[in-house]
Formats: sequence, C-alpha cells, structure tokens
Amino acid sequence: MSYFLTGKTGPWEIVVGLEVHAQVISRSKLFSGAATEFGAEPNSQVSFVDAGFPGMLPVLNRECVAQAVRTGLGLNAKINLVSRFDRKNYFYADLPQGYQISQFEHPIIGTGAIDIELDSGEIRTIGITRLHLEQDAGKSMHDQHPDKSLIDLNRSGVALMEIVSEPDMRSPEEAGAYLRKLRMILRYLGTCDGNMDEGSMRADVNVSVRKAGEAFRTRCEVKNVNSIRFVMQAIEAEALRQIDVWEAGAIVQQETRLFDPARGETRSMRSKEDAHDYRYFPEPDLLPLVLDQAWIEALRAELPELPDAKRARLIRDYGLTPYESAIFVQEQATADFFETVAQGRDAKQVANWMLGDFFAGLNRTGKTIETSPVSADDLGALLDLMTDATINGKIAKEVLEIMVDTGEKPAAIVESRGLRQVTDTGAIDAAIDQVIAANPDKLGEYQSGKEKLFGFFVGQVMKAMQGKGNPALVNAALKAKIG
Amino acid sequence: MNPLDWTIAEALDALAARRISAVELTEAHLSAISALNPRLNAFITETPELARAQAQEADAARAAGAAPKLSGIPLAIKDLFCTEGVRTTAGSKILDPFIPPYDSTVTAQLKAAGAITLGKANLDEFAMGSSNITSAYGQVENPWQRADGKPLAPGGSSGGSAAAVAARIAMGATGTDTGGSIRQPAAFTGIAGIKPTYGRCSRFGIVAFASSLDQAGPMARSTEDCAILLDAMSGFDPRDSTSAERAVPDFRAACARGVKGLRIGIPAEYRVDGMDPTIEKLWQAGIEWLQSAGATIVDISLPHTKFGLPVYYIVAPAEASSNLARYDGVRFGARVDGEDLIDLYERTRAAGFGAEVKRRIMIGTYVLSAGYYDAYYLRAQKIRALILHDFHTAFAQTTGVDAILTPTAPSAAFALGEKMDDPVTMYLNDVFTVPASLAGVPAMSIPAGLDQNGLPLGLQVIGRHFDEETVFAVAGALEAAAGFSALPALRGSALR
Amino acid sequence: MSLDPATIRRIAKLARLRLTDAEIPRLQGELNAILGYVEQLAAVDVTGVEPLSGGAQMALRLRDDVVTDGAMPERILANAPDRIDNFFAVPKVVE
Repeated sequence: MSYFLTGKTGPWEIVVGLEVHAQVISRSKLFSGAATEFGAEPNSQVSFVDAGFPGMLPVLNRECVAQAVRTGLGLNAKINLVSRFDRKNYFYADLPQGYQISQFEHPIIGTGAIDIELDSGEIRTIGITRLHLEQDAGKSMHDQHPDKSLIDLNRSGVALMEIVSEPDMRSPEEAGAYLRKLRMILRYLGTCDGNMDEGSMRADVNVSVRKAGEAFRTRCEVKNVNSIRFVMQAIEAEALRQIDVWEAGAIVQQETRLFDPARGETRSMRSKEDAHDYRYFPEPDLLPLVLDQAWIEALRAELPELPDAKRARLIRDYGLTPYESAIFVQEQATADFFETVAQGRDAKQVANWMLGDFFAGLNRTGKTIETSPVSADDLGALLDLMTDATINGKIAKEVLEIMVDTGEKPAAIVESRGLRQVTDTGAIDAAIDQVIAANPDKLGEYQSGKEKLFGFFVGQVMKAMQGKGNPALVNAALKAKIG
Repeated sequence: MNPLDWTIAEALDALAARRISAVELTEAHLSAISALNPRLNAFITETPELARAQAQEADAARAAGAAPKLSGIPLAIKDLFCTEGVRTTAGSKILDPFIPPYDSTVTAQLKAAGAITLGKANLDEFAMGSSNITSAYGQVENPWQRADGKPLAPGGSSGGSAAAVAARIAMGATGTDTGGSIRQPAAFTGIAGIKPTYGRCSRFGIVAFASSLDQAGPMARSTEDCAILLDAMSGFDPRDSTSAERAVPDFRAACARGVKGLRIGIPAEYRVDGMDPTIEKLWQAGIEWLQSAGATIVDISLPHTKFGLPVYYIVAPAEASSNLARYDGVRFGARVDGEDLIDLYERTRAAGFGAEVKRRIMIGTYVLSAGYYDAYYLRAQKIRALILHDFHTAFAQTTGVDAILTPTAPSAAFALGEKMDDPVTMYLNDVFTVPASLAGVPAMSIPAGLDQNGLPLGLQVIGRHFDEETVFAVAGALEAAAGFSALPALRGSALR
Repeated sequence: MSLDPATIRRIAKLARLRLTDAEIPRLQGELNAILGYVEQLAAVDVTGVEPLSGGAQMALRLRDDVVTDGAMPERILANAPDRIDNFFAVPKVVE
C-alpha cells in the first residue's frame, strides 16, 4: 500500500533519505586518547588535540575503524580497502580546529542495504549510500549566561559514523522503521548504543515531495532531529509545507531547516552568508587509511548474529510466529533470555509466558530485560515447577509476580508460602464434599442438565483449596462425584 | 680559541675533557646575547634563567658520569616549537600570550639529550617568509655586512635561528623548513642546515604552517654539528601520524664517509636565466670538488622543476588557511572583543595576523573554495606528483644518481627593504629549495663561498628519501674542499 | 582568473578576516599577481596523474583504543582569553 498525502491538486508522494550520525562506541576519541563517557564535568575529557592547540596532531583510533567496518558488514555494505580523511572547514565556537576531520571523497564504507518491515508485514529494502567516520564537535550552551555562550569540548573529537541512506523511503512509517532497524543493527553490533536522548544517534532528514511517476523534486534537509517520533513528525510537517508551496505555484528552495516539535513545524535556519563552502581537502596530517582484507575477515568472523538471521532462526528452530520472533529480536538481551529459558523446555510455552506475564511484570515495575530481577534460570525454574506439577498455572502466575517484586527464587516462594499444589485425593474429596454440601440447589440444576455449571463447581473447589488443587485431579474427582 | 667559535663537536670534547663547564659555556653565550641581540633581534624570548638551571644540571650530570649526548650545548629554538612553560609566539601577535602546557617532541628530545635552551628564535610570522621581515616581533639583522653598510636580511623563515648561529650567540639551532626555511637562511648567513626527509623529525608540538611540507631540522656551523643535532632531534613519534617508523642511522659517521663512487646529479633545470654568475661559478666549483673527491658527475633532468614554486604557492597557502583557522581568540592567544562571535573572529584575526599571513590565508581560502578547487588545488597536487616522479626517476636505484647538487638560493642576502614590495619577487627566493620540499626528500645547504660583496653563498645537496647519510657524506666532502672560513662582522667572539 | 573586490570580500568573510575598504585594492593587486604567477600550471599536461596529497608515502598507522589523555581542565583552560567556571566563554551565539 503506497502512502500519499493529499493536497488541493491531488495525491503527493513523499521521498525521504536519512543521514544518521551515530556515535561510535569506543573508550577513547577518534583522534586522541581522551575519554568518551557521557556526562563528565565540563572540559574534563579534552586533550590538547581535541582543543585544537598549536602543533597538535591527530592519530587514528584502530577500534573506531573496526567499529566502522563491523557496521559496514552489518549493513551488507562494501568495505573500501583504501579510504581517506578530509578537512571540512568552517568556523564555529565549538569546532576548535576550525575544521572537522571527516571523509568526503573516499569514505571507509560504500553502498549497502537493509530490509525494513512495515506494519502491514511488507518488506522493503532501503539502500545505504555510504558510511564515513568523522569527529564530533564540542557543545555550545547558549542559555547559561545572560550575554555569553559557554563551550564544553568534552564531545569534541568523539568518533561518529555518518550513515547516509538512499532516498528510498516513501512515508514517515518507513523512515521510522528504517531508523529502528538501523538502531537495532548498531546495537547488535555493539558499534553504537543508539541512545537518542544522549545524542548518540541523531538524524538529518532529507524530504521532498512529488507527483506519482515524476522525477525527484527539490529537497530540504531537516537537521539534527533527535527522536524517531520527531523524525516521523518532521517528515509529515515538511512534506505538507512543500505541498503547500508547490500548490501555491511557488518553488521549494533547497535549504536547511529545523524541526520545532512544540509547534510541529519546520522552519528555515538563519542562512549564513558563506553557507556550504566547506573547502574540503585531504587532511595532510593523516595518510590514506589502508585496510587489510584478512583483518576485515577476522572482524567478519567475530560478528554477532544479526536481527534478521536471528529472527529466521527463532522461527525455524523454536516454531515461533513472525510476531513473537520480531518482539524477541528487538533487543539482543531479550532474544538471549528467551533462548536460555527455552533450552530443553517447551519453546511455545516459554514464549507465551515471556510475552504475557513476564513482560507485564517488568512493565508494571518499570524494569527492562537487562535490569530484570528474574533471571532466565529463575523463569525456567518456575516453568519447571509447573511441568512437574509442583504448582498449577494459576499459582505460577502468582509466584511470577512475587519473583518480579522481590527477586526471590520460585521454589523458595512456593515453599515459604505453601503454594505446592494438592494432589492428595482425600483432601480434594473433602473439599468437593464441602462445596456440594454448601450448594444443594446448584447441584440440582447441574444434575437436571445444566452442564456448564461444572465449571462453577471446579472454581468453588479450587477456591476452597486456596487455588492449590491439581486441576486435573480436581476435575476427575468432581466428575466421579457428581457425574 | 674563543669558546663561542667552537663547533658543537669541539665543545662536546672540551666539556668531556673538563676544559670548560656547561655553566661557563652557557654564560659566555648569554653575555654575547645580551651584547648582540638588541641589534640582531635574533631572539624573541630569551630564557637565561632556564639556561642557567639546565647548565647546572648538565654539569651535575657530567660530574655523575651520566652526561647525555648533547649535555651542555647551548641552542636557540625557533619560536615555532612549543616549549612547555615558555612563551611561544610563532612570530605572530595572535599567539600573544600563549604559554604552551607541553613541549614539542623535538624540543623534548633535545632537552632529554642535555641541550641548553638559550631562548626562542625570531622567525617570519607562522614561518611564512624568506626574509624574517614578516615577524610581528621585528626584523632580524643578518650578522654579515656588505660594503654599503645597509643591514641585510638573514633570510627566512628561520632567520633568527640562522643569525644566532652565525653570530656565535648560539652553537646550533632548530629550524623548520616548509619550502626552504632552513636552507635559504643558512645560505644567507654562512652556516649549514638540513631539511631532513619528511617524516624524519616529529611535527608534534610544532606550530603548523603547511602540514604536508613542514619538517624540522638543525642549523649549525658545520656538517658534523648538523648531524649531531639531527641525531637528537629525529626518530619515530607515535603522536605524529606522518612520522616514519625507522631507525635513526649514525648521521655523524656519514659526514666523513666521502663521495668516492657516488653518482652526483646536476639538474639542467636549475640553470635559470639571469642566474648570478658568482653563483653559477660556485656551483661549478662544487662540481669539480666532488669530482676530485672521486664522485661521478651526471647531467640529469628534473623537468617539472619550474612548476615547483607555483605548486608550492597553492599547496602551502591552502593548508595554511586551514591550519590557521584555530587562531580564533577562543581558547588561547589574543582576542579582540566583538559584538558577536563572527565579529570577534574577524576582529581578532584582522588584528592578530600580519599582511603576509593574511595574503596566504586569502590565497589558500580562494584556491580551496567551491568552483576553484579543481583548477588550482587539485591540479597543483597532480603536478606535485610529477615533481616527486622527477626525483624518483633521478634517484632510480640502478641507473640513477645518489645525490643532486644545486645552488641553495638564486642570490646572496639582500638588504632589509629590498625585494619587499612585491610578494612574487620575494617568493622567487625559494625557487631552488621548494622542489625538494614538495617531494619530501632530504636537502642540505652548506656554506661554500662568498659573492663579490663578501657575502656567503650556499650549495644544496639533495638526497633520496631517508638517505640523509649520503647527503651528509656529500656535504662533508664539499665542506672539506670549500674550506669556508669567512666570519660575519657581527659575532659574539669578536666582542670586546 | 582574476579577483574582483566582491570576491575578495567573500573570501575574507570565509576566512574570517575583517578587511577595511582601504585594504582591498592593495590586496587585490597582490593576490592577482600571485594568481597570475601560478597561472602557468594550466599549461602542464596532468592527464592520468594521481594527485599527491601528502608528504609521506606510507599507509596510516593506527593507535590502540585506550584512554591516555584528558582529565586536565585547568591546563586546557589556562590560556583562555575568557572563561566562566570550567567553560570557554564567547559572546552569546543566537541560533
């Protein structure tokens, strides 16, 4: 199903390409030995290289290169054995050298592609144009002082991967799906934490609109959007703006815009007189980056299983539905948790329990799979208590709730609270007798043909046994007593 | 003999034999500086207290039998090298004040080798110049004098270093060479200086002018002294990505190796129209000296030589325009306040940079700007490749030459004020030195004779990449044959 | 190609150099002389020549990913013309 926006002149197609800036996970910066941790004291993670002091020189971090290669492999992309760094020259308060070291002409990673899945289940392939390494700028704060901006260079020099997509997306939903998929892949690879709140992933969104069958029209770039939701909103807002412009008989000007989430609209950035003359040239302080094919193969061999492969395997090996598997692969930790619990157990049952009561419990307590008080082994042990008939399903739900709240082991909970299910037929019979004695009229109705009252009796017996009766035994004994 | 006239080799012998102490040698230089520097202006910053403390340490180390290689040798440091705790200006107002919190690798190595820092030597602003007149700290006077008595330029950009060494107020100096900034002032002041292979000395902590060309090197009064200093200055540095991971050979031993069996190339393209006949004559003399010492002379061609200068005047300003963007008044150096950030930048840079630096920033910005990059910068890089190819062909392993002999500069020192009006005329000073810089090959200037005015002239020896040893060998042979012994009029050893 | 005053102003703006009107004619003459001088490069046949961008002919060396630097805000800020607490300070930037 194609997505269209309808203007006065009829339907318009949206064309979207994304440039994602993903902060590389590394201990030290791209070109210096300063630390990269988030949230440090101002200017405490800055070397003289990062601050652009006279005579300071960049030295490239091997791990950042490896992270870019891993990402390239994860995006099914071409790894360029020879790439180069260039200087992008512009002045800004938080750009200490007066240039950003980036890769302009010869990026480390070339074309690739990833598949995204839409809500309809449709799979679309989105092309990757390139990925290159570059350094981040520092941070300017404009609201801390009445007439000054304050500069913190802690981020200056942190490695970024700029991942540029082809203009292959046709709706906000596709852009959202692309970003989620990209983030998932980066997280699996361990190359970027994808944390948009901390700015470790940000997107520049290229948007244009066109009538069906047309060539591309002029695009605008919406800069620095920092959540997936905002990206989707920005696309819609910008596309509607452009449709208005075209339909008013005017022309969309290629420009850089900002998204204002509060107003839900994009606005033009104050254009700079000398915008876009970055005077790129090869960074003379660095030499060409030459990669060894054997090194690339070694990195490939160590890559983790990626979401698409994992999902296919979960469906194949565990008989999960596409829906279940999609949820499990969203986070690597969730899939690992599932696989640990499912080891030697009924995978369908494990999936049901995880997707049901377990996730509900985590949600209720604000926990995630990483911070879960219930380990995979604990959940497995709980399911085992059901399988060996130590407890019944209803009690198991109660036990799981206690596990989520207290982190106690299931066996201990069952013992300390006396939740073991009752298989003693004497006790069951006694409970049945008690229920029959208390409900002579219901018994009469049942025996005169109102068979669905059998469930009422089961419920009453279980209630009388505080839920601990073995459901099969209770059923059988009740059948025997009341026919 | 006055200790101020000693070579570094002689001084090291005297120190080792306890004929003089490091403190005495240093004091002799400090008083010569006090007497002569007001006129020469070779030092922007003098560091007598530091020098005395280092001299005492040197004497203590020697007494303890632990004197490192250069222990007690007083040096001038070009003020382009960052020196921890000592003001570093790069000859520019824009870095005033700047007290580096670190040392350049070269100065750190010299300190570790026991050398004494007399002060920071004057230079053309950001090393951009061939006369030392672009320094924001005043021009330097060449210690040599002409009959007409007009003060002469020492050459540049390492003009303060050259003047200090020639005037015997420092035994040696560090220089940097981007297009001839060691070799041309060495020639103008009658001393020796080598620009080693690009990558031989670390660039870490040296204020950058043109990163792909900048190379540090020593300036001293003999080939051997240059070798002794280069030994201490060079070597692999992991903090400079262009630093070569190579062992440092025994440069000093190479000086006496001789030239027997070497093939010396004489490039036809260096015979330029209107060349000063005395320079032509000196070049011929150099050819004959090497021939008599057993070398074979080979006529060679470096066909793209004449494009060296125009290539240089695109590449160097382009890199400089980017390298100098960091001088913006935000983190260090001078600031001129403005209404807003852009205003602050523009005022700071307008006030902080001198005319020549601004010219080069403008040219560099222009040749990199949209629409002009291919026509200027990219084309220049391609011709740079052709120039490198010329040298590769000339130095080809079996058929080629081992070294190349040329004059260092097209003229002797000119008077301060001459040639100053037109930047292009000034640029022509570098015509013989620039090609080796563009190719990254080592090249050395040694004093070889005097012109008709009694001013020193230099010959240049160019070698293969990382073959400074052959350069030293050829320079050593020329030095021995030339027997250059003339002395400048202004010198510490001539003071009363 | 020769530079007109408008181009000189644009380049000066890009380079963040404030020029007075009086400086422009002189600079124009000097820059055009330099550009005129380098014009001779147009005559060189560069067909098929790979540009040479660096002084060194080797591959890039990489460093290990270890934290070896930083944690010295005082030394970073010591030369600053203006600072507020541990920040560099500049005139307020209006975005």
